[in-house]
Amino acid sequence: MSDAAHAHDDHSHGHPSGIMRWLTTTNHKDIGTMYLWFALIMLFSAGTMALLIRAELFQPGLQLTNPDFFNQLTTMHGLIMIFGAIMPAFSGFANWQVPLMIGAPDMAFPRMNNWAFWLLPVAALMLMSSFLLPGGAVAGGWTMYPPLFIQGGISYDLTILAVHIMGLSSIMGSINIVTTILNMRAPGLTLMKMPLFVWTWLITAYLLIATMPVLAGAVTMLLTDRNFGTHFFNAAGGGDPVMFQHIFWFFGHPEVYILILPAFGIVSQIIPTFARKPLFGYASMVYATASIAILSFTVWAHHMFAVGMPAAAQLFFMFSTMLIAVPTGVKVFNWVATMWKGSLTFETPMLFAIAFVCLFTIGGFSGLVLAVAPVDIQLQDTYYVVAHFHYVLVSGALFAIFAGIYYWLPKWTGHMYSETLGRWHFWLSVIGMNIVFFPMHFLGLAGMPRRIPDYALQFTEFNQIATVGAFIFGFSQLVFLVLVLKTIKGGAKAADRVWEGAEGLEWTLPSPAPYHTFETAPVVK
Amino acid sequence: MAAGNAKTLTKLIVVTLGMFGFGFALVPFYYKICEVTGINSGAEQSLVKNTQVDSNRWVTLEFDANTNAGLPWQFKPLQRTLKVHPGQLVQVEYEVINTSDQAIVGQAVPSYGPARAAAFFKKIECFCFTPQTLAAGESRRMPVLFVLDPAMGGDVHTVTLSYTFFDIGTKTQTTDLQKGQPHG
Repeated sequence: MSDAAHAHDDHSHGHPSGIMRWLTTTNHKDIGTMYLWFALIMLFSAGTMALLIRAELFQPGLQLTNPDFFNQLTTMHGLIMIFGAIMPAFSGFANWQVPLMIGAPDMAFPRMNNWAFWLLPVAALMLMSSFLLPGGAVAGGWTMYPPLFIQGGISYDLTILAVHIMGLSSIMGSINIVTTILNMRAPGLTLMKMPLFVWTWLITAYLLIATMPVLAGAVTMLLTDRNFGTHFFNAAGGGDPVMFQHIFWFFGHPEVYILILPAFGIVSQIIPTFARKPLFGYASMVYATASIAILSFTVWAHHMFAVGMPAAAQLFFMFSTMLIAVPTGVKVFNWVATMWKGSLTFETPMLFAIAFVCLFTIGGFSGLVLAVAPVDIQLQDTYYVVAHFHYVLVSGALFAIFAGIYYWLPKWTGHMYSETLGRWHFWLSVIGMNIVFFPMHFLGLAGMPRRIPDYALQFTEFNQIATVGAFIFGFSQLVFLVLVLKTIKGGAKAADRVWEGAEGLEWTLPSPAPYHTFETAPVVK
Repeated sequence: MAAGNAKTLTKLIVVTLGMFGFGFALVPFYYKICEVTGINSGAEQSLVKNTQVDSNRWVTLEFDANTNAGLPWQFKPLQRTLKVHPGQLVQVEYEVINTSDQAIVGQAVPSYGPARAAAFFKKIECFCFTPQTLAAGESRRMPVLFVLDPAMGGDVHTVTLSYTFFDIGTKTQTTDLQKGQPHG
């Protein structure tokens, strides 16, 4: 996170200061910083909603919320965490790191980059303000299924527009990233020499370009069903609500890989650094990422085994889903093999990366359980599903984001973060996270449905454990906030090559990275 | 580099627009898949076109209607007999008139002849499922929608469906109903 004073020293042609600097900036570092701050604010907003949800679920019966407000909380928590926190955080990493890692002076389309970012606060404002509208925010689930989503009030239209805007932002960001990576690499940096983070983002960006427009189409159909008399999904007019689920999940399943592939990339940078060994099986990592991306287009209906589907279709989607475990297994194997006989040290980025490998694998395994169609029919919409996707998104995507922040923060700010605070943050997060989400496996297996504010008495103990864990996990993120603010303000001077085992172009630059970098492209041997 | 970037941009925008169109193309594609594979088509799923009709057999249905003593209602089927195939979806209507000067709640109870036909007489919709409230002098036509299960033995050629209406409470005040009075 570059500081303004430093930026001014380096910048020859004067540019606006104060708020106008951030509104008009086309610098990839400024935009990356804004993406990351935006993601952190959204993380705390949606995290507060999660704590409200957990507080309500501390006891059976209704204590704090009414069922409608509870549904609004679960819906908005999902939408904001996915579109407001995780995806913008990864875009922030891409903006900061892709040019630095491929030796490019900036992104390919700096002005479009500025646009892509500033659309996000607009969309977030639309989403958040819908809590104040008559009828409250959307309460139909983040998946926006009709018929509920066709029937809601004005906030449903507002949410559809917000999804459009966020989708547009993602597509513009992705076009920028693909173009930058394909056209602006330093001489000698061939595709198969690119750092894995750049590879995973290239593939993620392609996934975004291929699927975000499909989501835009799906929500456009919802919008016209609601307001313009079409009947795409309205059964009373000859439409089919199940068709929405097919179109939505055609986007939705690649979307979950959009949320995890950049995490794979970050972890693939960090583990070799702290194992002081090159990444094991680089080429297989690239091919595994690409095959995960391609396979992700063939598995969507495993989200809807329970809607009624011929056995042949269930078998196809069941086996294609299981097939994805193969390239994912290759990745986990390679990370472990990279650590094998490495000269390991356990700084905070490495701690988060190792936790990622262990806990993401647990999430992957519960995913395999859910892939089995007959089992899924039993577990559909239970807390087992909630446990599964929080293991892959919290201890997966979010932990990788934390790992990446700790890894590159010294390069961005020029200061070392406090290792003590980092360890506190890590241990509180990893313990808290497991206390929240592990009991949910048992709740789901015992049949507790998700998205319900009340529950049967026998589920009380596990829910209370989960709520205690949620508050530990939630409040330990304040440690992270303090750490980041302290690191921006000061701290030990970071070396140019911050970590002993770090490889790559970004470490050839001074710390903090100057406002303009690689104006003459470096040559990669 | 700038020219190369513009070229890549154009290609990616074309892909984006193409995928937006693809989202909409999924709509006819979905219906085509459903049609070709025969899944999810409403007509085939409904009982109207069910393939279970045993068109080799005819069964004569006789309809009968009675009221329990003391219930001042006139109750009659709009058709006395009907010839149907087992498995065929059949709808018949009954008419009931409240001849008294007060609102009455009645409930109809079916019986079958021969009694063993009862297990094969699959009612989908029937006025006998719920209590019927008739205001003073009100008349009402009520449908019964049913299928005779083809599994019914071939020796049954005539089935009689007989309803009897019972008075389950004179509705003098609206609050009586809201209290959910037990059958009496």
